Amino acid sequence: MRRMMLNGSLILAALVTVALCSLSWGQATKAEEDQRLGMESHIGKLTGHATSAQGNYRRYCVGCHGELGDGEGENAQWLEPKPRNFTLGIFKCRSTTTGTLPLDSDLFDTIGRGLDSSNMPSWNPLSAQERADLVAYVKHFSARFVTEKPGAPIEIPKEPALTAERLKAGQEVFQRVECWKCHGPTGMGNGPSAATLTDDQNRPILPYNFHDGRRFKCGTTDEDLYRIFMTGLDGTPMPSWSDNIKPDEAWDLVFYLRSLQPMKSKEKELARQIGLKPGAPAAAAPAAQQ
Amino acid sequence: MYPEEREKQMKARYQAAGMISVLLLLAIGLLWPARSVSAAAEGKITGTVKLDGAAPHMKGIDMSKDPFCVKQHENSPAHLENVVVGAGGGLQNVVLYISQGLSAAEASQTPAKEPVFDQKNCMYTPHVLAMDVNQKFKVMTSDQTTHNIHPLPNPLAGNIPWNKSQPPGAPAIESSWKAEEVAIPVKCNIHPWMHGYFVVVKGPYATTDEKGAYTIENVPPGNYTVTAWQEEYGTQTAKVTVAAGKPGTADFTFKAK
Repeated sequence: MRRMMLNGSLILAALVTVALCSLSWGQATKAEEDQRLGMESHIGKLTGHATSAQGNYRRYCVGCHGELGDGEGENAQWLEPKPRNFTLGIFKCRSTTTGTLPLDSDLFDTIGRGLDSSNMPSWNPLSAQERADLVAYVKHFSARFVTEKPGAPIEIPKEPALTAERLKAGQEVFQRVECWKCHGPTGMGNGPSAATLTDDQNRPILPYNFHDGRRFKCGTTDEDLYRIFMTGLDGTPMPSWSDNIKPDEAWDLVFYLRSLQPMKSKEKELARQIGLKPGAPAAAAPAAQQ
Repeated sequence: MYPEEREKQMKARYQAAGMISVLLLLAIGLLWPARSVSAAAEGKITGTVKLDGAAPHMKGIDMSKDPFCVKQHENSPAHLENVVVGAGGGLQNVVLYISQGLSAAEASQTPAKEPVFDQKNCMYTPHVLAMDVNQKFKVMTSDQTTHNIHPLPNPLAGNIPWNKSQPPGAPAIESSWKAEEVAIPVKCNIHPWMHGYFVVVKGPYATTDEKGAYTIENVPPGNYTVTAWQEEYGTQTAKVTVAAGKPGTADFTFKAK
């Protein structure tokens, strides 16, 4: 009897030790993150506090993004594309240059907008204050938001008036910098390199097809489109173009890309009027490959 | 003249010559302090890196998705460059660096020279580019096709990934890395076979040539651990002593898998 009790208490002690060890091991990163709970976000007049977002994060975000913010929530295994790992501080939708942290307002916009063609919905049903708090909470997962400043946002000149010349010039930019290598000669997302693209975690990823009418992941306005290709989408194969496309040319490209989309637009109408067909302007058109 | 007198005169002359040379040395020492420092750092570590066993087969690269790339290799088919073995088993593209023994001041010296990473014939030249922490380097393109240059360091270790385009004729990109990292993979998403490495180390380094030979320059006398890194075979270390005027040597042999 006594021996059994001894055995029992020994097993209990072992179990407690194991439990304590795993707890403290799991909390090594958590403890580190908790030190950053004082994180704030500033969006316009709003100030977000990470501590205020703990409830909402546990309720709405933890299932996919995980308790540690590493994108390893319990639903993650069923999702494609995978939830963002916040600890790396790498984000697709930025107004800042490639390799730099996004602005608080970039994260705020992403939370509000959601990400098209993914499982991330729009969180606009939450109040602006709650979303600002969540931005601070997202930031607290990465030490980079303590040690680094966000990059400088790229400047976007005012949208010029649309002209036939600009539309044609946009097509030439598309051809010259070879957007078609991935996005296809006519923008259908079927370029020669499309099939082999992978993201930073080596998972397959598709280039955007301009003809299927889906919303862009990082916003739907002309300015958003300008920003997307100029800053690039970090973590994906989409590079930054701000070093190689001048601001004026960038607007030309925006017009041309708009004319490819199926939605009704002034660009599409103008392209129809002047008989501008998607694809290479000259005979240099490479054939699409499966 | 009496011999004693002559001896005296000679002595005086010797003394004067001695004084002058001492003064000259002092002047040199005082006027060219930078020069005397580099003189102290003139030690070297040399050696060769070899592969023991048959060189693994390097697959040919199918570049048919990009006609420009195909054309560049019409007469010289391209192969992967993960293991490049030269005559006598010399292993190319191995980076050698001092992993222990440098003082903090020595390790934090950054060379002014800017190493260049070229995108040429749809391949990276060189395949492996070594550099110092905070040393500026250049990425350029010699190709008439668009590349994107996408280094993938570990952001939690201090270096942040970025992804920039380089269409034909684009200016060189100048950059540097903040933290030591062996090694940062670099890829081009448009040409998936293009794969290379940036090796970021602290202090003097060298990369082996086609014979597997290397020389790490500017190593002050002392006892060191030298590490050799090869992308497929990992790292090996060796203890080396560098004495004034006598280079240290360290040869390495990696076993073929």
